[in-house]
Amino acid sequence: MSPIRLTRRNFLKLGAAAAALATGACSRPREAIVPYAHQPENELPGVPRFYATAACFVGAAEGMLVESNAGRPTKVEGNPGHPGSLGATSVHGQASVLELWDPERSKVPRQRGQPATRGALERDIADALVRLRERGGEGLRLLVRDASSPTLARQLDGVVERFPRALVHRWDPLHRDRSREGARLAFGRPLEPLYRIEQAGAILSLDSRFLDDHPYRLNHARQFARARMPRDGRMCRLYALESAPSLVGAMADHRFAMSVPAIEAWLVEKNAAYDTIFKDLKQNRGVILAGEALSPQAHALAHRLNAELGAPVAYIEPSERELRPLPELVQAMRGGAVELLVILDGNPAYDAPAELDFTAALARVALSVHLSLYDDETSARCTWHLPSTHFMEHWSDARAFDGTAAIVQPLIAPLYAGVSPHELLSLLSGEHKSAYDLVRETWRHIDWDAALRQGVIRGSASRPLQVSLRGFSRPKPAPEQGWQVRFVADEAVLDGRFANSAWLQELPRADSKLTWDNAALVSPNSAKVLGVATGDVLDILLGARTLRAPAWVTPAQADMSLTLPLGYGRSRAGAIGNGVGIDAFTLRTHAEPWSAGGAQVTKAPGRHEFATTQNHARMEGRELARHVGLAHIDSFASKKPNTSLYPGWPYDGYRWAMSIDLNACIGCNACTIACQAENNIPTVGKEQVIAGREMHWIRVDRYYEERRTLFQPVPCMHCENAPCEYVCPVEASVHDSEGLNVQVYNRCVGTRFCSQNCPYKVRRFNFLDYQRKEEELKAQRNPEVTVRMRGVMEKCTYCVQRITRARIEAEKQGRRIGDGEVVTACQAACPTSAIVFGDLNDKESEVSKAKTSPLDYDLLGELNTRPRTSYAARIVNRNPELKDG
Amino acid sequence: MPQIFGPPAVLGIKLSLVAIALTASAAWITFYKALPAQSGLASPQQPIPFSHKHHVGDDGIDCRYCHWSVEKASFAGIPSAQVCLTCHSQLFNDAPMLEPLRESARTGAPIRWVRVHDLPDFVFFDHSIHLAKGVGCVECHGRVDRMPRIERVASLEMQWCLGCHRDPAPHLRLPQDVFDMASKPPQDPRVRAQLAARLLPKQRLTDCSTCHR
Repeated sequence: MSPIRLTRRNFLKLGAAAAALATGACSRPREAIVPYAHQPENELPGVPRFYATAACFVGAAEGMLVESNAGRPTKVEGNPGHPGSLGATSVHGQASVLELWDPERSKVPRQRGQPATRGALERDIADALVRLRERGGEGLRLLVRDASSPTLARQLDGVVERFPRALVHRWDPLHRDRSREGARLAFGRPLEPLYRIEQAGAILSLDSRFLDDHPYRLNHARQFARARMPRDGRMCRLYALESAPSLVGAMADHRFAMSVPAIEAWLVEKNAAYDTIFKDLKQNRGVILAGEALSPQAHALAHRLNAELGAPVAYIEPSERELRPLPELVQAMRGGAVELLVILDGNPAYDAPAELDFTAALARVALSVHLSLYDDETSARCTWHLPSTHFMEHWSDARAFDGTAAIVQPLIAPLYAGVSPHELLSLLSGEHKSAYDLVRETWRHIDWDAALRQGVIRGSASRPLQVSLRGFSRPKPAPEQGWQVRFVADEAVLDGRFANSAWLQELPRADSKLTWDNAALVSPNSAKVLGVATGDVLDILLGARTLRAPAWVTPAQADMSLTLPLGYGRSRAGAIGNGVGIDAFTLRTHAEPWSAGGAQVTKAPGRHEFATTQNHARMEGRELARHVGLAHIDSFASKKPNTSLYPGWPYDGYRWAMSIDLNACIGCNACTIACQAENNIPTVGKEQVIAGREMHWIRVDRYYEERRTLFQPVPCMHCENAPCEYVCPVEASVHDSEGLNVQVYNRCVGTRFCSQNCPYKVRRFNFLDYQRKEEELKAQRNPEVTVRMRGVMEKCTYCVQRITRARIEAEKQGRRIGDGEVVTACQAACPTSAIVFGDLNDKESEVSKAKTSPLDYDLLGELNTRPRTSYAARIVNRNPELKDG
Repeated sequence: MPQIFGPPAVLGIKLSLVAIALTASAAWITFYKALPAQSGLASPQQPIPFSHKHHVGDDGIDCRYCHWSVEKASFAGIPSAQVCLTCHSQLFNDAPMLEPLRESARTGAPIRWVRVHDLPDFVFFDHSIHLAKGVGCVECHGRVDRMPRIERVASLEMQWCLGCHRDPAPHLRLPQDVFDMASKPPQDPRVRAQLAARLLPKQRLTDCSTCHR
């Protein structure tokens, strides 16, 4: 920031002007009450309604219940009945509501960058179709990203029927081609394994990222948390071999950071550790999960091993159909054989394999039409860009990973002149039908109202298939030479799709706690070899391509390998996402989409400044995020007795409290972003994060200890002896009669004494009026929560608005609030049900039961703050026969 | 050039400036405090000169006919143009003063009423719970049935809210009386005690988190 230079005279002038303006601003603004002209049925002003819908972020549908306040979608909750959600949400599900209201979404059709009418586009398409028709559609190509919609599949068939020589291609940068190929090798056809993790006594993850970006991640997380609950002194044990830091590795009892070729070599060479692990898998009904980075042969081998183990895994048809690959399309484009190219969603000009040079090929297409939410890199290079409707604005359908279909129903009429993919396709197939009619036609025989109400179509899940193994060659691990480069979907922005989401950009990544950036992740040993530290810059040479990327040193990374998260370095994402991070797609090829060897890495001049929310990764001997061995649960020293000469404060009504189970928490950050959406928490930007001014009310702390990564979500502890309260000079931080430590915004004068005195550092101060002022974003805000201004301290309220709502409803009926009626935003979003909230005065409540656990402990309990939020220690279940990892 | 004003004169000028400032603020405070709560300042010009006196007092229409969500939601509900037209499609259907209403129904553009009872944005008031606990409409809104133009009779300041939250018993009505403009809170102390027993403890009623979040 530049220092302000002001002369005395200018200062006086400005002061006088400000005083003059201020006198005119003394009266309250006049507000209007705007009733409906035509009242919708059953609409109650001030009472939100929830609509079931679904969206695909990582290849399969995540079911959700979207909260609508007076017709405005404001918050996403999970759909408990949907197998891809089970009531939880991913960070992307939470952020999708911000995507809907993003002021930088594309608003009008554009022809070669200039605003144009939809009519002109339809004429252009119609003209091209007339010509194409004569040749049976030769020269008509379609490119889709998500293909899990049954209606879309039906429509694509319709187009091919009308134009028999038209071809449909698919490009999803986060594709699952390796698993499909692996299943084809093992079983003769492309199948997806459906893991019953809950039934597994042991898990071996071969770089599988089954909690990170797997299409069934939320379901996996719930199953995993259940499997990790100790029963009769036993619990599921997790071994993880991984080439990039992941949530799976952080949760593992034995974790091995290895490059992809090393993992494959380990699998065929069978060393002592291999034998020990396989003995355990055999004895305890183990299951092996293989990740996308592994070769198809390794996948096939995993399938065979699972069969030998009798592992709890079923095989189903993939939820989306097979379409033609991208390279074929690019070849045709380059040869000038493509007359009309319609791109439905996706951003191939940015994320297509580097060697294909999609952009150059695109220039040779006579007429190209790109349908997308943003006017992005691909839009700029197509003849036509057509704004797409958001999934909360259109009718569609989508399949979960297990095949369960759900209707995607709109919550709001399109905000801009967008069309849905179905409507664009109906233009090509000549049907001219609305998306609603098309979806209803697909699902003619179901109970439509029930499907909308429940958010799933009953009985639509894929049936497990009988499979038989075939012979196949063993994986031949590539010799390790030079550096390995590993590409992963960034956990926040994925393939760049969410690059313009301020919530996701500012979400601290699970392992690095890095915001507003990506980086080349290197291990401490590799960093020593290269002579670099975090923030130094690396030159990466892979094949003939180079990339300059800042290094981030993390102990979770394998030696002699780099991890490059995808989705950054965008040039046309929007004001939030442009120019953030480095573009790893420039190194990524079609043949080696996840891991490539033979790279050269050297130190480059310069430094890069990162914005991280946690600068220290060790606990330094303090007991913060605690853990205990499975065998030692009973000897866990839970609580130090807090004795006092004074009698305790009586809480006669409710006694709200929270319990967070560190054994369940996988560090996925869903709580952080759910809280942000629920409580109107602003983002602050990279510079302010560097200044330590991020605003998240619940953060997830990450510690490295020995070879373990520990996560600890930290909201306000709502201490009974709250240190913040007795330093506030204006009583803005006070206790209420139910034990909530409340922050009264209208009293707060911003001394920040409370934050200084808070041992947990959970209080957040709004330094520079961080709330964004765009009208669209105002529509997203939760009307039940004050939008705080500059100069006010704020922090977790235990979702007091949800408590109040439940209390009012209960009081109207003259009863007490029942257990489970108040669900905080973080609790609702949590995929593993790690967070429990309720009334401690109710001895039967879930939270009371959770607090009787022998593993229950208070964070910094020795300070006698008597926090209402407590933790249950993580349980580590190491294999006594295995010393490594 | 010599100084025009000597030190005593400068002091005099400074003191008189301070005196002017003090007098002005004192006058302003006096004026503000002396302002009767029923003044026309709280009764702005509305798009349609709607008379509660006529509709409630003369015609006897129940509050809930128009403010339909008052028992179910935080917001009492402002009638849509269609609700007005249930009667006004037949009665006074060509009155010029109802033109904004007809236009709203025709075009779908809502009528923009001026808010009279406006709370700060950090206060979260809920109509439904107040009614359920026996706080009648008249308690805060006054004799609406006698107002040709709606006006604010209470200051709506926190002090005023707390007056009732600290000692609610004298302000509670029987359930059948809450919508009755002419009703009075029961005088019988036993009935009053019964009504007050349905409330949350006083501490809870005056917690900051009851209204602020």
